[in-house]
Amino acid sequence: MMQLTVRLFALYRERAGTKEFSLELPGGSTVADLTDAVRLRYPRLAPPDVKIVVAVNADYAEPEEILHPGDDVCLIPPVSGG
Amino acid sequence: MIELTSQPLDPEKFTTAVRRGTNGAVVTFLGTTRDNFEGKRVLTLEYEAFDEMAVKKLEEVRQELMAEFGLDDLAIGHRTGAVAIGEISLVVAVGSPHRKEGFYACHKAVDRIKEVVPIWKKEVYEDGSRWVACEDHEFSHEHEAALERN
Repeated sequence: MMQLTVRLFALYRERAGTKEFSLELPGGSTVADLTDAVRLRYPRLAPPDVKIVVAVNADYAEPEEILHPGDDVCLIPPVSGG
Repeated sequence: MIELTSQPLDPEKFTTAVRRGTNGAVVTFLGTTRDNFEGKRVLTLEYEAFDEMAVKKLEEVRQELMAEFGLDDLAIGHRTGAVAIGEISLVVAVGSPHRKEGFYACHKAVDRIKEVVPIWKKEVYEDGSRWVACEDHEFSHEHEAALERN
């Protein structure tokens, strides 16, 4: 198993009521496995038909990307800078 | 030059950064905070950023546009935190040998920033607030009903 810290911003931070939480996932888990676990933990974060975008080590990550212990994992709601 | 700051942005600083003798044009875009959304009065705006990634993505946009349009330099500034109505939230300054490329590059830079940079804008109204661009995250009645059942 690996322990990951997941950071939240903006809409997700407000909906979860926290800036970060830790999550335990089996070794070799992917970004898609992570978002599945996040949805179970926080069902009111995002509707089931909406993709949760993930950044790993400050870059956008594809669902099939494999996670490693110590990765900086952030959930990115739709951006709206400018 | 890339700047992510909670302090007011001075456009002059950004245009100065990209001005040089080899250029015939400096094109500047200022994004300013608007006081209304669909007829509702916006009292103030709040910007939140994932700082490390935002700076990294702003630099990627900068490099991408400089390469695509053959620019000498491009400077971007973005505010974070509370920004009062009418203030500058975004500055893009493009230094270009010719004006045409400068205009194109500036337009595209703003579009790219809005697409990829992890910065979020919240509009605060008299009776609530809204994270801009998160409309697809509203829960439908069916989703709500499903959550209630679980």
